[in-house]
Amino acid sequence: MDTTKMKKLPPKPINNRTRTIHWLIGIVTVCLIIWSAVGIDFGGIKSSAAQITGAIISGIFHPDWSYVWNGSGEDLISQLWETICIAFLGTFISAIISLPFAFWAANTKHKKWYLSRSGKIVLAIIRSFPEIVLALMFIKAVGPGSAAGVFALGFHSVGMLAMLFSEAIESLDTDANEAIASVGGSKWNTVTFATLPNLMPALISNTLYRFDVSVRSASILGLVGAGGIGYPLIIALQYREWNRVGIILLGIIVMVIVIDWISGVIRKRLV
Amino acid sequence: MVNQPMIQLKNVTKVYPNGTRGLNNINLEINKGEFVVVVGLSGAGKSTLLRSINRLQDISDGDILIDGQSITHAKGKALRNIRRDIGMIFQNFNLVKRSSVLRNVLTGKVGYYSAWKSTFNLFSAEDKQKAYEALQQVDLADKVYVRADQLSGGQQQRVSIARVLTQNPKIILADEPTASLDPKTAKSVMQYLKMLNQEYGMTVVANLHSVELAREFGDRVLGVKSGEIIYDGKMSETPAAVFEKIYNGQLEEAENE
Amino acid sequence: MNNNQHQLKQLPKKELKWSTLIWLIVLIAGLFISINVTNAHISVLLAPDNFGQFMDVLIQMCKPDWSYAHVIWPYLIETIKMAILGTVIGSIIAFIYSFLIARNIVKNKAVTGVLRFIMNIIRTIPDLLLGALFVAVVGIGPVAGVLALSVFTFGVVVKLFYEAIETIDYGPIEALTASGASKLQIIHFAVLPQVMTYFVSYVLYAFEINVRASTILGYIGAGGIGLYLQQTLQLFQYNRTGTILIVIIVVVVIIDYISSASREALTK
Repeated sequence: MDTTKMKKLPPKPINNRTRTIHWLIGIVTVCLIIWSAVGIDFGGIKSSAAQITGAIISGIFHPDWSYVWNGSGEDLISQLWETICIAFLGTFISAIISLPFAFWAANTKHKKWYLSRSGKIVLAIIRSFPEIVLALMFIKAVGPGSAAGVFALGFHSVGMLAMLFSEAIESLDTDANEAIASVGGSKWNTVTFATLPNLMPALISNTLYRFDVSVRSASILGLVGAGGIGYPLIIALQYREWNRVGIILLGIIVMVIVIDWISGVIRKRLV
Repeated sequence: MVNQPMIQLKNVTKVYPNGTRGLNNINLEINKGEFVVVVGLSGAGKSTLLRSINRLQDISDGDILIDGQSITHAKGKALRNIRRDIGMIFQNFNLVKRSSVLRNVLTGKVGYYSAWKSTFNLFSAEDKQKAYEALQQVDLADKVYVRADQLSGGQQQRVSIARVLTQNPKIILADEPTASLDPKTAKSVMQYLKMLNQEYGMTVVANLHSVELAREFGDRVLGVKSGEIIYDGKMSETPAAVFEKIYNGQLEEAENE
Repeated sequence: MNNNQHQLKQLPKKELKWSTLIWLIVLIAGLFISINVTNAHISVLLAPDNFGQFMDVLIQMCKPDWSYAHVIWPYLIETIKMAILGTVIGSIIAFIYSFLIARNIVKNKAVTGVLRFIMNIIRTIPDLLLGALFVAVVGIGPVAGVLALSVFTFGVVVKLFYEAIETIDYGPIEALTASGASKLQIIHFAVLPQVMTYFVSYVLYAFEINVRASTILGYIGAGGIGLYLQQTLQLFQYNRTGTILIVIIVVVVIIDYISSASREALTK
């Protein structure tokens, strides 16, 4: 084959604008990372760090089995059960509160843009309100214990759940709504006969997903005294009872895996 | 030097984990410079045969020699070195859609680079020029810096031919290269393959669905059915009736008559 | 028409769906049990005393003390730094780990199985719990926060990213394999171009979560602005708590906005 007649490879055409943007993004990212690394004093790690890590790991492998169940109501199983109940009730409350918020924030046809936008902003604010602060406020109101945890979860979850719901509403096709409206149905008729039945699978699936997240949240609410497994954990950490830390961690891990699995199975059935 | 076959299959059997026999005791020799078309119904084992030759699939029993070297027993670097000499063209082109055409063509050469050199994109100017020349051969020079997903199907298949051309292998395996293309584009792709065969002396083994294309481009026909080779002959000596019978699955009866 | 009327069948009775009924019973039983266990009666909340307390706190929070803002400013910066570092460290580890557990890259099921088991366990531990553990290990301070966020980021990114790797087009991998490329070359030429934008998008997503998480980590001593959240709440300085919360919410919303805008730009 005669290759002498072949053309030379032309240089790559350069788009200056995109190249500048890429370089800028790259430089800014690197600067940000360096900036955040220099401020933090990594030398301040306690010298006992390795030893404690070892103690925690050995605690996980030699857990305090006597703590699992002793009938006092202060044992692992009772505390985990309480944690699940907090998550369950909290999720249920938030699912109910979320519905009106979701319709408010959903960006559907025949709706002024500022209505849904304002709803979205309110939800973003609720999401950003830390749940442990909310838990502390409820502790002020109803005293320490799992009730405060339930209310905190119930309100905090609205931020995320209503957002998921509103996305489900937005992705709903509106043909059925129009059918109901065309036979003279009122707004209420439309929602109950067309929107909700179509929406139900998405609502249940999102609520179950939120339940998974809530179980994790409920297990840390105890750190501030809002009930559940978090409280005995923080006590065990403070008193350096590593075997107890170990069994509590194991308990949380098993609980979360089991709940995830169950809700995963149910969600798969729904689809 | 003894005239050894380019590809040699010795008692090759492939059994899938579910018990299906993909290939059943196949013995085959393909010589340098041949243009072999493999025909048969889908599921007959054409793809398995091709993919066993460069070991995209492991065989269960037997041995496959490429230019005298066993690919079946090669490992790691040795296996990769044998594969460098075997180009492959796929039904779905298998281009990296988000990369440029040039980069896709250059991937044909990565077998010749160390891992770190190719990671930092240190392809030599010479190889880039070769890739560009390959693109000129398939009339796609103007698309060199375009992203692969912006090309039509026929153009993408031509890019993958340029990729093989850059790889400069001794053998080309083409697995249904025209199945996703319209008849006209299919024919032009086959012409490029024929060009590689005739001008560069590459041995071509192609699975084809279309009898028409097989008759037009092949020098030698292999008929495959249920994992066995049931026909092997020169194209010029193969009557049209054989094809009909391969596809209708009545070849044995035809031969017995 | 009238003549035909009697020939039409009557509406068959709606079949009772047992599964729906069972689910309803489970749900209601669950509600009763959990109300019982947690003692969270709505009456408890709405008792005038209790509800008044809650509103009282809320009202005080709504009168923020802006003179306090300069005190918390350096801790806000520390919080963001923690979030960035945690995201970077966790993402780097997740990047490598994802390739090791993707079944289209590593064919050895024993290796992927064990590594996935470890990943699943790490993913179950909530962020604040990781914080509490690391405070116990390395002591009070932002290092504990960075470590907690790193592990948490790892859990978020690795799950999303390995699934992205597993769903890529397998064709280019075969093409590269067929031309004699090594494993690293296959990853570089065939896999990375297909998944890189996903990775960046997941990292940004994790960063959004981390900014939120980092603001409360200080509450348990893991560095950042959360420390002041705890102090002001303990001293009943709710107006100052309000200041901190407003600052947190503004920062979180802004970062969320930037991050999700860039994610959208990426996936276009």
